[in-house]
Amino acid sequence: MGKIVIDNERCKSCYICTETCPKKLIKKSEKTNRLGDFMVEFDDKNQDCIGCAMCAKRCPDMAIEVWR
Amino acid sequence: MENKNWKAENSEKVLIKGNYAIAQAAINAGCEAYFGYPITPQTEIGEYLSAKMQELGRGYVCAESELAAINMVMGAVSTGAKAMTSSSSCAVALMQEALSYASANELPVVLVNVMRAGPGLGYIYPAQGDYNQAVTGGGNGDYKIIVLAPSTVQECIDYTYRAFYLAQKYRNPVIMLADGLLGQMMEPATFGNYPYPEVDTSQWALTGAKDRTSRAIYSCAPDEKKQIQRIYDLFKKFDVITENETSYEEFETEDADIILTAFGSMTRNIKAAMKVLREKGLKVGCFRPITLNPFPTKKIAELAQNVKNFIVVEMNMGQMFKDVKCAVNGLTKIDLINRPCGEWLSVEEIVSSVEKILEKNYAASV
Amino acid sequence: MQQVFSIPKSIKENMRYTFCPGCDHGIAIRLVAELLDEMGLQEKTISATSIGCSVFLYDFLDIDCVEAPHGRALASATGIKRVRPDKFVFTYQGDGDLASIGLAETMHTAFRGERVSAIMINNTTYGMTGGQHGPTTMMGQITTTSPTGRNREYYGYPVKMAEQLALCDGTAFSARVALDSIPHINEAKKAIKKAFQVQLDGTGFGFVEILSTCPTNWHMTPEQAHEHVRTKMVETFPLGVFKDITK
Repeated sequence: MGKIVIDNERCKSCYICTETCPKKLIKKSEKTNRLGDFMVEFDDKNQDCIGCAMCAKRCPDMAIEVWR
Repeated sequence: MENKNWKAENSEKVLIKGNYAIAQAAINAGCEAYFGYPITPQTEIGEYLSAKMQELGRGYVCAESELAAINMVMGAVSTGAKAMTSSSSCAVALMQEALSYASANELPVVLVNVMRAGPGLGYIYPAQGDYNQAVTGGGNGDYKIIVLAPSTVQECIDYTYRAFYLAQKYRNPVIMLADGLLGQMMEPATFGNYPYPEVDTSQWALTGAKDRTSRAIYSCAPDEKKQIQRIYDLFKKFDVITENETSYEEFETEDADIILTAFGSMTRNIKAAMKVLREKGLKVGCFRPITLNPFPTKKIAELAQNVKNFIVVEMNMGQMFKDVKCAVNGLTKIDLINRPCGEWLSVEEIVSSVEKILEKNYAASV
Repeated sequence: MQQVFSIPKSIKENMRYTFCPGCDHGIAIRLVAELLDEMGLQEKTISATSIGCSVFLYDFLDIDCVEAPHGRALASATGIKRVRPDKFVFTYQGDGDLASIGLAETMHTAFRGERVSAIMINNTTYGMTGGQHGPTTMMGQITTTSPTGRNREYYGYPVKMAEQLALCDGTAFSARVALDSIPHINEAKKAIKKAFQVQLDGTGFGFVEILSTCPTNWHMTPEQAHEHVRTKMVETFPLGVFKDITK
């Protein structure tokens, strides 16, 4: 079992994480950040996240922290 | 190669060539690394140091270019070490970018320019054509470099010491502007000890961010306000340098009607010409700026109030002439005796040129 | 639960990258920071920084840095290492800085076998100035100064630094890596570690070329850009270790 925390101040909405997550738990949000970009959100209702940290490793902006 | 073992604490007089004197003085001053590329007429500095620095376990690199050499110096001095490079005229031109960076980044770079003739490749006979290059610089932006001009081999030693001290004291690049004549000439000189205190660099030098916050030395300035302030600060620093470090030498100026002005090794000839002219009954004095930057503008303005004629003697097309004229500021007459490069203006030539100038200016009334 | 991924200590607090969205510079700098942490190097590191998109390294990494003019970072690094051989000295440069304007400094640092490490970001273009043709621009690639694509007649061929530097006697390690996938990122980290280690062991010059994206100037989405690295870039710039004298 794992979880991630996304720092919306660091995130630049490149969406690499949404493609990378093997379980597709990161989605493009309908909310926008201060730059006007659609943010990403962690959606893990069924607690599928295993904390593999692939999203964090590919995030160019260190916007994701991971717990396991 | 001549490689005599000049001792650090040598109080005896030795007969030594200018280039070797500069090199040994750098060692005595505690220069931790030398980076250079050969060019006549300063190559002996690198030759001498290649042997000595290895013997002493200090840094030495035969750089791939003058560009690389001065950037190596920038890296080395950023750690608080004393380091230097030496070169000549057309190759010093390659170092102008780094001098602008070193000034902006307040890095104590020491550069010795043993001048040859330009423009372009020119040749290896002596000249003083790099006055502008040293004083006004060829780098971008507003910056100032301390420039020292020796006139004897002894001064090559003394000013090398001073260059290392001033560079660290003010965190500003220093150029010692010698010429081929001095570099290749042997004269008696005394090394003595490095006469200055060691400057504390611990507040800014890069040593690794241990037990303190990290330090970054850079000139990149996306913030316009900060950049404006930085330039003001740099110029304020140079005002202090001007106040404290401006130096010059004057000979028999007290009663002088005419003052001959020269820098570097041309000083030797104007002093000799002064004697001849005095014997002829003319009240001639000599004035010689030691720091070409900061330039002794104030002192020249002061002298200009009491003399009838300033005559600048130099081996270029009148580069220092402009600064003297600026300092004289219309208070008195000013003339130029010069040759672009090559055979140094002889005492006889200077004497006859002075006489011609006086004849022209005063219709033989002086 | 335990935190398994966090921002490295060698990254400055409250720092935010100023790179474009999806730019791999961010990952490369993070890998460097992780290694500075893991290898215990932060406190003994002095870096000579470069010019281009890589210029703001000192804003991101919590280490001592001195700025070098465009292309001269390895000369300045040499100067630092020669007077402070006990320090860890590395440069982080773009392809324009290291392979074009600074090629002489780069090659001679390698020839001398200087005990420093260099990381080059290869994104096949001059990013900071808006995507011009550079030394690593690929054949046929369209840039603002090669509007019909790089051709032999006008531009010649791209520079392959990892292979070139592997030919130098003083080079201890030279590799080319990419950041387009998790396995490649892991390999990249291993390569950078090796390039750092050869310096620490006094073996020689360590070099890593990192294939990196420039989505803005390539006019691609970040994922398209990574696909471009995976499929097109590796054809011109094959990944691998080209020299490792420790083996």
